[in-house]
Amino acid sequence: MSDIVEKTLTALPGLFLQTQTGGEAAAAKASLSSRLGSLVRGITALTSKHEEEKLIQQELSSLKATVSAPTTTLKTMKECMVRLIYCEMLGYDASFGYIHAIKLAQQGNLLEKRVGYLAVSLFLHENHELLLLLVNTVVKDLQSTNLVEVCMALTVVSQIFPREMIPAVLPLIEEKLQHSKEIIRRKAVLALYKFHVIAPNQVQHIHIKFRKALCDRDVGVMAASLHIYLRMIKKNSSGYKDLTGSFVTILKQVVGGKLPVDFSYHSVPAPWLQIQLLRILGLLGKDDQRTSELMYDVLDESLRRAELNHNVTYAILFECVHTVYSIYPKSELLEKAAKCIGKFVLSPKINLKYLGLKALTYVIQQDPSLALQHQMTIIECLDHPDPIMKRETLELLYRITNAQNITVIVQKMLEYLHQSKEEYIIVNLVGKIAELAEKFAPDNAWFIQTMNAVFSVGGDVMHPDIPNNFLRLLAEGFDDETEDQQLRLYAVKSYLTLLDVENVFYPQRFLQVMSWVLGEYSCLVDKETPDAVITKLYKLLMNNSISSETKVWLIAAVTKLTPQAHSSNIVERLIQEFTISLDTCMRQHAFELKYLHENMECMKRVLPVNKSCEDMVVDASLSFLDGFVAEGLNQGAAPYKPHHQRQEEKLSQEKVLNFEPYGLSFSASGFTGRQSPAGISLGSDVSGNSAETGLKETNSLKLEGIKKLWGKEGYLPKKESAIGDEAEAQPIPQESVIMENVDQAITKKDQPQAHMQSKEEKEKQLLASSLFVGLGSESTVNLLGKADTVSHKFRRKSKVKEIIKSGETTSTHNMTCSSFSSLSNAAYEEDYYLDTSQDRGDKGLKKFSLNSELLDSELFTALPMVKKPSNCSMSAPSLFADNNLEIFYPFPSTPAPAAKEISVASSLSEEPTEHMHSDLMEITEQPECCLPVMEAESMKNFQHSVQMEEPFTEGTVSGFVNYEMIDSHSAQLEFSVTVSLLDFIRPLKISTEDFGKLWLSFANDVKQNIKMSESQAALPSALKTLQQKLRLHIVDIIGNEGLLACQLLPSVPCLLHFRVHADVLALWFRSSCSTLPDYVLYQCQKVMEGS
Amino acid sequence: MQFMLLFSRQGKLRLQKWYVPLSDKEKKKITRELVQTVLARKPKMCSFLEWRDLKIVYKRYASLYFCCAIEDQDNELITLEIIHRYVELLDKYFGSVCELDIIFNFEKAYFILDEFLLGGEVQETSKKNVLKAIEQADLLQEVSYKEAETPRSVLEEIGLT
Repeated sequence: MSDIVEKTLTALPGLFLQTQTGGEAAAAKASLSSRLGSLVRGITALTSKHEEEKLIQQELSSLKATVSAPTTTLKTMKECMVRLIYCEMLGYDASFGYIHAIKLAQQGNLLEKRVGYLAVSLFLHENHELLLLLVNTVVKDLQSTNLVEVCMALTVVSQIFPREMIPAVLPLIEEKLQHSKEIIRRKAVLALYKFHVIAPNQVQHIHIKFRKALCDRDVGVMAASLHIYLRMIKKNSSGYKDLTGSFVTILKQVVGGKLPVDFSYHSVPAPWLQIQLLRILGLLGKDDQRTSELMYDVLDESLRRAELNHNVTYAILFECVHTVYSIYPKSELLEKAAKCIGKFVLSPKINLKYLGLKALTYVIQQDPSLALQHQMTIIECLDHPDPIMKRETLELLYRITNAQNITVIVQKMLEYLHQSKEEYIIVNLVGKIAELAEKFAPDNAWFIQTMNAVFSVGGDVMHPDIPNNFLRLLAEGFDDETEDQQLRLYAVKSYLTLLDVENVFYPQRFLQVMSWVLGEYSCLVDKETPDAVITKLYKLLMNNSISSETKVWLIAAVTKLTPQAHSSNIVERLIQEFTISLDTCMRQHAFELKYLHENMECMKRVLPVNKSCEDMVVDASLSFLDGFVAEGLNQGAAPYKPHHQRQEEKLSQEKVLNFEPYGLSFSASGFTGRQSPAGISLGSDVSGNSAETGLKETNSLKLEGIKKLWGKEGYLPKKESAIGDEAEAQPIPQESVIMENVDQAITKKDQPQAHMQSKEEKEKQLLASSLFVGLGSESTVNLLGKADTVSHKFRRKSKVKEIIKSGETTSTHNMTCSSFSSLSNAAYEEDYYLDTSQDRGDKGLKKFSLNSELLDSELFTALPMVKKPSNCSMSAPSLFADNNLEIFYPFPSTPAPAAKEISVASSLSEEPTEHMHSDLMEITEQPECCLPVMEAESMKNFQHSVQMEEPFTEGTVSGFVNYEMIDSHSAQLEFSVTVSLLDFIRPLKISTEDFGKLWLSFANDVKQNIKMSESQAALPSALKTLQQKLRLHIVDIIGNEGLLACQLLPSVPCLLHFRVHADVLALWFRSSCSTLPDYVLYQCQKVMEGS
Repeated sequence: MQFMLLFSRQGKLRLQKWYVPLSDKEKKKITRELVQTVLARKPKMCSFLEWRDLKIVYKRYASLYFCCAIEDQDNELITLEIIHRYVELLDKYFGSVCELDIIFNFEKAYFILDEFLLGGEVQETSKKNVLKAIEQADLLQEVSYKEAETPRSVLEEIGLT
């Protein structure tokens, strides 16, 4: 089959050539009358770009005259639009025609309207202001009785629609989901998909209708709904587990060929549908054994059925393999999938080979032995003429790097790096090399050489973390002090050699790294070095090609070295030179150096040798200035106010809270994304500290200074080749050591090529042995994990990690998880808010005692794991209860009293591992705790705090408890709790004045009108609902308007201003967080509509 | 899918469809860079490219290059088939399509694309259904166009235009 297709494809160009003359004639005839035809021909006839420009400009000006003339008919206008589209495609600006495109869509008959809509969708983008003018036309066409008009409107909506206008068309589109024509239903679903992409909250309430679309009798509609499901499941897979069965059934039907033949593509049934379903299943089955079990059969069948040798079957196979490796593993399937990967990797077709490498990259961590099987192919791809293949291979190697093969792999990466010019690739690769070097470096020399290459190639494009981390590593060192000194010493020596080379050009950031290291550690070499270094630094300082930021680094290094130097000639010259510099920053540094230099004693005290990691004691409150301040105040000076306070005061004098009535809900278009009027930053309290940071900087140049914008400079290829040579020389001794056992491995695997080893082959095998060395010596699945533990050379001290982490973990609030007992109850209880923990616990126990025949006493031990008086609402996923039953199944017949006996002293060790899965939040930390022996029926509390970093509607906290019974029978109990936005919302108690100030300072706002039910049509009742259900604080009520405030914990405020008109509630939210208002609004809508 | 570009061997853009909002300047930059990169590749090389953080899937049919940008986790092979299906659709509609058909009737090519892909996702996988939709629209339009001819001109006289 594929052969036929291949033949057709190769024949195509020939066919085209044959028809070229005939086709040209036909096309020419068809377009003889059209102006477009003559324009196109005119352009093709031209030879120079300049002539083309002239012609198009002419055309554009004539078009401009035509479209703006009042007498132009719509028919002519249609033709003009086509020509305008053509001009835009050639890259010329035709923006004068945009408004006419909208007019054409509005006023034209069907044919003209179609072109009008097309022009609009091609010309405008989502945020274009003119797009608002299209809304009315779309609304009108959606209500049309003409199918074609409805189709056109839906098509344009699915491509481009202003986000804030969605409410205007949403009801109309929802209606279309019930339309009798499947094409309309399909397009309506896709329009909703588009809305889901641009404003997910607006379509949250129609989830039930998506389910209907999924069950639609038309395959097209069902397939369209999968786009929405894939998206939603990507964000939150736990909410759709119940649909797994349906997806599996659909896939079974598709694979079994139950669909109409129309949907087959090259005799493969509905490949697009299959791939979509496989992706969905992969997401649903991830880390979930129960769900995964449902899909094993159908995956097996998919793998089996896809045997036709055509691209599209390979596409399905690839997706299938991906899914098999994503879900909870099943060895039988994994085996088949691995075979499939083999087919890809060994395929002579380059596209398939590429995907084979991609698949290997994906699965290599789970199954490193696969890399061994295909090692020769991988080696071949490493020298592939196509750079894309090389790059994918390097990506693969990056995943299997360990302490033994690092030198070879990094060398290969550096080779590739030197050939590539694209910035994105360089940044990416440089980051990887730096990461690997830090993790697995075999020795100091190699590490410094590699990092030198990284800095000189990556230069100024690389991520600023790389030099930061490198310097921190040098400064903080590892556990072994002599080793640290060795590394520093080597770095200093290597930089001194680099600086000796004449006429080379180092990137600015590399120079900065060098100057810091030289400034700190030159003295390690010997007593004479500081003088020599100062001379070198001085030379660099006088170099014009060096950016002023780097110069600051250089002068800081000189400052640090001055107290250790013997002669001060150069320093004095430098001071002379730079105290008159035009650069104020340089001048300041020069003056600091000058005064310190005059007082050597002080200088030695302020700049101690090799103390970069020790914290300086700095008086951050600037108390030594108190006398000066007091004196000023006595003389009548105004007290100091921080900048933001001044700004706020100024603003509040100018403006008061705007109580103007709202426009219609659509008119809020311009508000989102508007800049804050004052640019006030709340809580910025750094105003007084500038002096302190400045002081620090001159003392030891703390690393904070590194994160800044950098200039762009080239790098020097000459230097690297030298480094490359040295790096090449490195790995040889290592290889020879390990060669033997790998050779054995190779012979054991009886490679087909083994018997005809040419010289080239031998080289390749040699390379293979050095590359796959870590994988060859051990062959269990756990290989890589083990390799990781092979002493990381540069493991940082834990102190560093604490420093980094402290920023993230402070200011968490206590989000409490409710006890298991209440979990299973909560679903049945209308009122989630239980008053006391005692109460809650009691209820749980009661519940369980009712079911005690079913439940083992173990449950009691695990039961109150988490408990605290909480104001969080928790709903109980039914899965959890199922899990209980499954876990405790071994003792179902044991009567309750007996069970108690068994577990009287059951030892319980608890290791809850919590993960947060939600659309926006991912908590990577894994809190663990162990509890000692627990007695039966006793309770233990476990608290863990969860913080919402970005708003979302619903997320889940899941984890599991491992415990061991006294008879050493161990078990695991999984649980998950759903947390919603409301759990993180608290009243914000502020005064009306504060509200006014905050209101003005927030940039993100959202307006919406809500219709209220009759029962709450008055302000007080509406307020009460909001206060109770959403926990908003009522700041003030003025007439028929109200001010409310709440905060997303820990401290993101959200303000609400609302006003009642008859039964319409006009809501206006503002917040410092851009997405929060949307989410709170959604909650409000739910509450107001729900009650 | 993020966008689709059609360009000739000479590097002339023939069709462009963007499914993500980008400024004109960015679009031009991307187009220029991509056309250059793709044209520089040799025929034996693989049809996929990594470009910034996107995957580019391209294929050449006669003198035209079809080029799609997808995200990293998307399936490259099926994207190739999307391109092929689009070519099939064009071929069926124009009757053995050639570059000139697309140059002179590019609006038709857009209409076909919009019936096949919508908002960057495959809308309809049945070839028959796509062509039916296009034909229906063409047919209805022509009919209504003829019908509308007379009243339209009257409306125009009243000054509605």
